Amino acid sequence: MSTTPRPIDSDAGTLAVDAAFVIELLRGFIADGVRKVGFERVIVGLSGGVDSSLVTALAVSSLGADNVVAVFMPYRSSDPQSQIDALAVSDSLGITAEIIDITPEVDAYFDRFPDADRTRRGNKMARERMSILYDHSMAERALVLGTSNKTELLLGYGTLFGDMASALNPIGDLYKTQVYALARALSLPQSVLTKPPSADLWVGQSDEDELGMRYAVVDEVLHLLVDERRSRAEVIARGFDAADVDAIVARVRGSQYKRRPPVIAKLSNRTIDREFRYPRDWGR
Amino acid sequence: MVLERSRTGVTPVASGVPDAAIDEPRPELETIPDAAGSVSIALAQFYPRLGDVTANLAAHLTIIAGAAATGARLVVFPELSLTGYFLKDQVPEVALALEAPEVGALRDASRVGGIDIVAGLILESERHYFYNASLYISGGEVVHVHRKVYLPTYGLFDEQRYVAAGDQFRAFDAPLGQNTERHWRAGILICEDLWHPSAAALLARQGVDLIICPSASPGRGLLQGEAVGTASSYDVMTRTYAQLFTTYVLYCNRSGFEDGVGFWGGSRVVDPVGAVVAEVHGSQESVLFHSLERSAVRRARVAYPLLRDERNDVNDAETDRLRRRHTRG
Repeated sequence: MSTTPRPIDSDAGTLAVDAAFVIELLRGFIADGVRKVGFERVIVGLSGGVDSSLVTALAVSSLGADNVVAVFMPYRSSDPQSQIDALAVSDSLGITAEIIDITPEVDAYFDRFPDADRTRRGNKMARERMSILYDHSMAERALVLGTSNKTELLLGYGTLFGDMASALNPIGDLYKTQVYALARALSLPQSVLTKPPSADLWVGQSDEDELGMRYAVVDEVLHLLVDERRSRAEVIARGFDAADVDAIVARVRGSQYKRRPPVIAKLSNRTIDREFRYPRDWGR
Repeated sequence: MVLERSRTGVTPVASGVPDAAIDEPRPELETIPDAAGSVSIALAQFYPRLGDVTANLAAHLTIIAGAAATGARLVVFPELSLTGYFLKDQVPEVALALEAPEVGALRDASRVGGIDIVAGLILESERHYFYNASLYISGGEVVHVHRKVYLPTYGLFDEQRYVAAGDQFRAFDAPLGQNTERHWRAGILICEDLWHPSAAALLARQGVDLIICPSASPGRGLLQGEAVGTASSYDVMTRTYAQLFTTYVLYCNRSGFEDGVGFWGGSRVVDPVGAVVAEVHGSQESVLFHSLERSAVRRARVAYPLLRDERNDVNDAETDRLRRRHTRG
């Protein structure tokens, strides 16, 4: 496990973002997306990680502190630093994070399935948090903001109907390194910017250890493959390890199902999303 | 840049020379007498409600009345201003025939306000083809219809799935509220039409003084140096066409978001030497006013007699040769 704090950002290099432009566009995206469906407020699951911290900061910047509900949902094994960081973020943004411990319901469930492995447990936690966010969405009249970045979405490194669920996702077209660059531009707390990225679903979990690659590499490869539509051979010719490239390609293909709605059996002449095509903003 | 929805009103933006937008040297000219005065125009950088023609028509009428009250003789709305852009299966549901009462309301507004109107809609033909079209309306009549010829069907665009392509680039006399001593010759290019220089060249050959470009251009590009790459492309195209064809270019882009896609605005007036003389800095809803000077067209063509020198005979001969070869091939 990598424990050395080091900045993961994209201030230089091929993925350097125009932070001012992107932040302004995302502020508009959030305000427009929330208000056009009749809401004024949003709710975010704030974990203390960089993704949800950035989304919360963007939401406060867009809608004002009064219109942002942040919920921190720890499990008993969560890293204590996560709570420290989540509260540092909410304090710095002038909002109060509600703390909802998910340990009782998650443990109650797995008391019935004690043999469940840590992946099942991690997925259950992610879905428990989703369930709480959507319940509070109703109670608070607040739209759920997504916190999955483009790297996670492309690699399928998220829980389907868990942390991948949301109404609006401001950062789904930003690679992890670009998320860091924006988080720096918005002056998020230093610890959020420097700690190793982790889903914090079990003790010692590390994104980069699980992926077997550094985000800086993964993002460069994804950018070449996806955005620039380079071939596998072209990417390898640039000096990236062939096994890494193949692993990334396999993950992207293998997780396509997670990025699509469920498959509907074709029967009629106008099947939803096949011939029945309306914008999501239909009539908005 | 402000991308928030604001349908409660529009912000007038005073026309003027933007600070950093002009990098072309102005031609050194002696003073030439005014040829036939000026005419005030307005570009309505508008945020249509997707698929809601009734609401959009009402907003059009408000903006038209406001522009007319300031003395504008033309108000330009963006591409598909009555319907919104990413319509998908709503295309046949929001389509209007030329005889539709909604078009009638715009005709009435032009007559009552003494102001010409360029508005965008899905236009249904008698054969039930649906076009992405812009109407030029003046004095209670539809003076000109442009059906978009180049329908982008790549990247985030899917127009050919939903609409039929036009097949004409025609210039027309723009009455401009019947208020000008000398008529203005105009042509309309809708958004992607602008990306094909032959379209602008065909209008120039028909003698236009005014290219009107209603647009629904989505902003994209997040990397440093790439930001709003689309805006950079339109900056180059509008200035280049204006300069090479010594014509005014009125570029009217829209505002707002559809399904998470933001439109970048940046509506502008480029004068006949290619200088940006008025511009909305940002994507917020606003109405940009500017006064077109007939004398500016004259001065540009005195300084740069490019149209006079255009070798249409060479162009035609070479085109014929290519067509013959193509036919034989």
